[in-house]
Amino acid sequence: MTSQSSTTAAAADGDRSARPPAVTLRGLTKVFGSGGTEVVAVDNVDLEVVDGEFLTLLGPSGSGKTTVLRMIAGFEISTSGTIRLGGADVTRIPPFDRDVNTVFQDYALFPHLTVQQNVEYGLRVKGVGKADRRARASEALAGVRLDGYGARKPTELSGGQRQRVALARALVNRPKVLLLDEPLGALDLKLREEMQVELKALQRQVGITFIFVTHDQEEALTMSDRIAVFNKGRIEQVGSPAEVYERPQTQFVAGFVGTSNLLTPQAARTLLGQDGHWAVRPEKIRLLAEGEPIGPQQRSAAGTIGEVVYAGPSTRFLVDLDAGGRLTVVQQNLRLSSTDVEHYRGNRTLLLWDREHEFRVG
Amino acid sequence: MTTTLERPPERTPLPPTTARRRLSAFVFRSRRTRLFSLLTPPVLWLALIYFTAVFSLLATAFFSVDSFTNAVVRTFTTSNIVQVFSEPAYWRATGLTVGIAASVTVLCIALGLPMAFFMAKLARRRSRGLLVALVITPLWASYLVKVYAWQSMVAPENGVLAWFVRPFGISGPGFGTPAIVLTLAYLWLPYMILPIYAGLERMPDSLLDASSDLGARPWRTFRSVVMPLVYPSVVAGTIFTFSLSMGDYITAQIVGGKVQMLGNIVYQNYAANLPFAATIGLIPIIVMLIYLALVRRTGALENL
Repeated sequence: MTSQSSTTAAAADGDRSARPPAVTLRGLTKVFGSGGTEVVAVDNVDLEVVDGEFLTLLGPSGSGKTTVLRMIAGFEISTSGTIRLGGADVTRIPPFDRDVNTVFQDYALFPHLTVQQNVEYGLRVKGVGKADRRARASEALAGVRLDGYGARKPTELSGGQRQRVALARALVNRPKVLLLDEPLGALDLKLREEMQVELKALQRQVGITFIFVTHDQEEALTMSDRIAVFNKGRIEQVGSPAEVYERPQTQFVAGFVGTSNLLTPQAARTLLGQDGHWAVRPEKIRLLAEGEPIGPQQRSAAGTIGEVVYAGPSTRFLVDLDAGGRLTVVQQNLRLSSTDVEHYRGNRTLLLWDREHEFRVG
Repeated sequence: MTTTLERPPERTPLPPTTARRRLSAFVFRSRRTRLFSLLTPPVLWLALIYFTAVFSLLATAFFSVDSFTNAVVRTFTTSNIVQVFSEPAYWRATGLTVGIAASVTVLCIALGLPMAFFMAKLARRRSRGLLVALVITPLWASYLVKVYAWQSMVAPENGVLAWFVRPFGISGPGFGTPAIVLTLAYLWLPYMILPIYAGLERMPDSLLDASSDLGARPWRTFRSVVMPLVYPSVVAGTIFTFSLSMGDYITAQIVGGKVQMLGNIVYQNYAANLPFAATIGLIPIIVMLIYLALVRRTGALENL
C-alpha cells in the first residue's frame, strides 16, 4: 500500500480531467416512508467526484449527506436517479458487488474476531489465500500504526485504535472509493485533530478517492480538496474549502460554514451602496486604530461596541452599526489581555475591512 | 455601580432526629444490613423449600419400599439405581426422551431463528413491540388448553392436520412421537424466540452493513457474523426448550398414544414405588447437568 502511494497521488494531481469521475450521481433522490408520512431525505442530487480527491459531504444532521453516502455504498436503494462508479452504473448493484468500502461511524468492528481477522475479513470473503491475506492485513495494520495489535479483540482497544482498525479493514481491499461516515465523531477533541491530519496524510499516500461525511465545518475545511454543502436533501454549493468559505453562494452556506456576519439590507445600502444580502467574515474586520488611514480599497463603518467576549487566543466584539444591524469582529489577542478587553464595552469604534472580502449571499 | 452583596439567607436547620430517621441513616451507612434485609426472604425460600425438596428427592432414590405395605423404608440401598441402569427399557425411554427434547429444540431453532431475525432486524421499529407481544401471548393461555388444542390438531381421523393433508393422499401424524414433538415445539417456541431476539437486538445493524460492504453475500454474512454473535443466545434458548421437554409428561399422555417419556414413568410409579420414581426422576436432572456443563463454555449462561 505504501509503495504505490506517491506515484498514484501525483498522477491524480496531473491529469484529473482525463479519467472518468470516481463517482457520478445524477438526479439522486431518496424518499423514506410511504403514504402520508413520506420524507424526502435526498432531493435530486447531482455530483461528480474526481478520481483521487478528498471530497467532504458537509451539512447539519438530517441534511441527507449520510443517506447519499449509504446509497453510494449500496445500503440504501435510491428512489430515483443513478449512481456510477468509475463510469459503470451501479444503481441496482448490491453493496457486496461494489468496489467501495466504508468506515462506519461506530466502526462496526466484528466483536467476535480479532483485529487481524477483522482486517482479513474482506480478503477472506473474496477467497484470497491465507499467506497473502495475512501479509496484506499486517501491512494495512502497519499503515495505520497498529503493528503488533493483530491478536487483540476490538474491545481491548481505545476509540482511536478502533478507528484505525476500521480504516485498515476498509483500505486493505484497495477499493476505488473509500466512504467515511463521520468517522471522527466519537473521538475527543485532541484525538480528533490528530486523526484529521493522519487521515489526510493517509489519503495522499494511498491515492484512493475519499468521500467523507461530517457536520463539523472545521473538519471539512481542514481536510478536503472539495466540499459539497448539504441542506434539506440538496447540495447548496460544491467547491474548494477556500471557495466555500470565502465565496459562499447561498445564505445557508455563509451561515453554516464559518460564522455568518450578515449586513442588513439597510446597512448594505448605506455602507456599500448595494442592494441584497451582503456579508463579511468576522476575522476580516478590524477595529480601526487611532490615526490609522483608510485606503481606497477599504471600507469603514462606525458603530458602538456592544459585547466583548474574551476567548483566550482571540476576542469577539459584537458591534452595533450606526447604519443598522450588528457585526461580529474577531481579533487575535496579540497584545490584548482579558482585563483590557473589558474597557472596550460601550466604546465608539470604527470598523475596517477590505472590499474584496465583502460577498453577496443568496 | 457599587452594590453591596446581600447576605445569603440562613441555612435551613437540619430536621429533628427521630427514631425513624436514625434507622434510615443506619441502613444507608451499613452495607451489611442492606444486603441482609434484601436477601433474607429469597435465601430462606431457597434453603427451606427449594433445596429441601430436591434433596429429599435425591435421598428417596436411595431408599426402598416395603413390598407388603408400600411404605418407604429409609435404609440406604443402591438397588433402584442398579435396576434402572441394568434394564434396557429405561435406557430406551431415556434415549427416546432425549431424542424428543433434541428434536423439539432443533425444530424451535429452525422456526425461531428466522422469526427472531425478522423481528429484530427487518420489521419496522414500531411493530417490534407488537411482534414480541404476539410471541408472548400464547404463554398466557393454559398449558392444558393448548395441549388439548393440539390433540384435535393431530388426531388421526378427524384432526385438522389429517384433514389438511388428506387431499394429497397422506395421512395425518396421529398420536405418537411426531405429535409430541410438534406439540412441545409449539409450546416452547416463545422460549427460543425471545433470547435470540434479545441477542439480535443487541447486535448493531452496522455489522451487517459492514459485512456486505466487505464483499460478503447474505448467506456468508449470516454464517460469519450473525451466527457467531447470536450463538450464545440460541444456546440459551435451547436450555429452555431442552429442559422443559425433558421434564414433560402431560403432552405425551394427551397426544403421545402409547409413547412413554421419562416423566410418564415417574407418574405411573410414584404412588406404588416412590424411591423408584425418584430414581427415574434423577435421569433428566443428570442429562440437564451434562448439557449445562457442555454449554457453559459458550457463554450462553450469561444470556439467560
